[in-house]
Amino acid sequence: MSAIARLSRTNGRAGMPSAESGIQGRGPVGKAFGYAAMVLVLLIIAVPLFWIVVTSFKRQENIYVRPAEYLPIPFHPENYSEVTSRIPFSAYFRNSVIITFFTASIKIVLGVLSAYALSLLRFPGRNLLFVVILAALMVPNQITVISNFALVAQLGWRNTFQGIIIPLCGTAFGTFLMRNQFLSLPHEIIEAARMDGAGPLKLLWRVVMPLSWPTLVAFSLITVVNEWNEYLWPFLMSDDARTAPLQVGLTFLQNNDGVTNWGPVMAGTVLTILPVLLLFLVLQRQMIKGLTSGAVKS
Amino acid sequence: MGADIGVDAGGVTGGSSGGSSGHTSGPAGPTGPAGAAGRDPRVPFGPPPLRRAGSKGEWLLAAALLIPNLVLLFLFVYRPLVDNIRLSFTDWNISSPQANYVGASNYVEWLGRADTRIVLTNTLIFTFATVVLSMVLGLALALLLDQKLRGRNIVRSMVFAPFVISGAAIGVAFQFVFDPSFGLIQDLLAKIGVASPNFYQRPGWALFMVTSTYIWKNLGYTFVIYLAALQARRGDLDEAAEIDGASRWNHFRKVLLPQLRPTTFFLSITVLLSSVQVFDIIYAMTRGGPIGNGTMTLVFQVYHETFVNQRAGYGATVATVMFLILLVVTAVQVRFMDKGARA
Repeated sequence: MSAIARLSRTNGRAGMPSAESGIQGRGPVGKAFGYAAMVLVLLIIAVPLFWIVVTSFKRQENIYVRPAEYLPIPFHPENYSEVTSRIPFSAYFRNSVIITFFTASIKIVLGVLSAYALSLLRFPGRNLLFVVILAALMVPNQITVISNFALVAQLGWRNTFQGIIIPLCGTAFGTFLMRNQFLSLPHEIIEAARMDGAGPLKLLWRVVMPLSWPTLVAFSLITVVNEWNEYLWPFLMSDDARTAPLQVGLTFLQNNDGVTNWGPVMAGTVLTILPVLLLFLVLQRQMIKGLTSGAVKS
Repeated sequence: MGADIGVDAGGVTGGSSGGSSGHTSGPAGPTGPAGAAGRDPRVPFGPPPLRRAGSKGEWLLAAALLIPNLVLLFLFVYRPLVDNIRLSFTDWNISSPQANYVGASNYVEWLGRADTRIVLTNTLIFTFATVVLSMVLGLALALLLDQKLRGRNIVRSMVFAPFVISGAAIGVAFQFVFDPSFGLIQDLLAKIGVASPNFYQRPGWALFMVTSTYIWKNLGYTFVIYLAALQARRGDLDEAAEIDGASRWNHFRKVLLPQLRPTTFFLSITVLLSSVQVFDIIYAMTRGGPIGNGTMTLVFQVYHETFVNQRAGYGATVATVMFLILLVVTAVQVRFMDKGARA
């Protein structure tokens, strides 16, 4: 049925472009308008990014001039060596990697395990527990930071990785996303595996997981990006380069150099942005899928 | 077939707006939901019925799988939520081991303080502007880039890219973009003969700077969600409107918007929740200033009172008030959308 729907829709699109262009873009005027709007959008997104990158390659006297210069002449890559020598850049980078790796891994594992229990295992109170987990989505982090800060400080965990990582590890979103995925698996396959005598863990590992890879990849990507970009909690937990991730290190740098020395600050910004942007360029399809499938079923 | 794509109208949907929208997804677009084929129609709110009661082993296994996550959520989400309320009745200063009970005096102070109104106004302006503008612009972009235009895939990626960049980095970078003396904006304005507003010193312009930066960064989210919804819409309705000779505006208002309603509802809640929580961009760009509270929002005030002024009790009071406001607003949204759906 859905195959037919898809087919007829495709035909509709091919035969009648209006089915796709919807409300705009009929006729050459509409097309021209469409392209003009597209160029405008492109400029609004790209020019600031271009400006940041160009500034990161400018000498100080070429930054503080009016009118502004749009090309880095003379070319001055020393901003990059300056920023990496002025702040312990590699330490911040290492911290970001450690925090992201552990937080994301734990979240992914916990999300999968919770989702599996809540979708394919049978026990009393299952739906209630699901609601309890889901409701955590409605509680903003900012409301919990004061009390969490007190707890972690009491444990003596400030400026430690466990102090940053553990409080971030519970996952409501991941549980929710993976549960929907598991529930969408064809019932017959699950039943057949059970008939064949597969135990619950074997069922998860051999049947459920292999069928769920695309969703798992999408969920993992979103989690990695979110943890990499996490700011408030690591910021509150870290006083210096022992545990501060890149974003926090960048604002430390900004405290010293912002406004007065934009060159190295922009170089630091570019270095902070780059890893995630590269990841995005390679894997944007999967990332977008994770976001939209989260939206689809919430 | 009608029934099949009929459900598909809710391809991107807010499940809470009604049970029927739960049966999502017939034809899945390229960005469509996972595993669309053979979806259990009971998804997402009705897991398969318990055919046989689980064995004791299964029960134990479920407990083992769930307990770590539950413990973490209780310890770091629900416990502090309650504890926060307790703290709001104390004069705790974040570092001392002792906190004295002070009754409702923090709340009384909050009601009477001169900056409360400023912070609430800032929060309202920032939240309203970011939610409305990012939804309107996101939908406009989705409509634009849903058309057959050459190069649209590149533009799609470009629009979405800022969403994956960290807010702190964007904040630092855009502080320079808005630099009133040497930034990009002042240069572009100078080229058309306009003097740049002082984004650093004037509270209104600082709020404008923070708000537009947030929209620039997060537009990609509303765009992507709306685009997925558009791609999952009913082509036959478009064709019918075409045949009926509906004007573009009528087509948009009568055919497209109603189909996008669940998406709009979903976005209005998620975008609101995330924009109320913004900390990193404001911290990186203004530290809540200028003039003390020019861009101070509720969330930023929670941080500022607790960790800068060392008045955790008062910070907890602001956090509690913020949580109550969020609860009420979300409830109103749900009601509003429910009514709209029935009308």
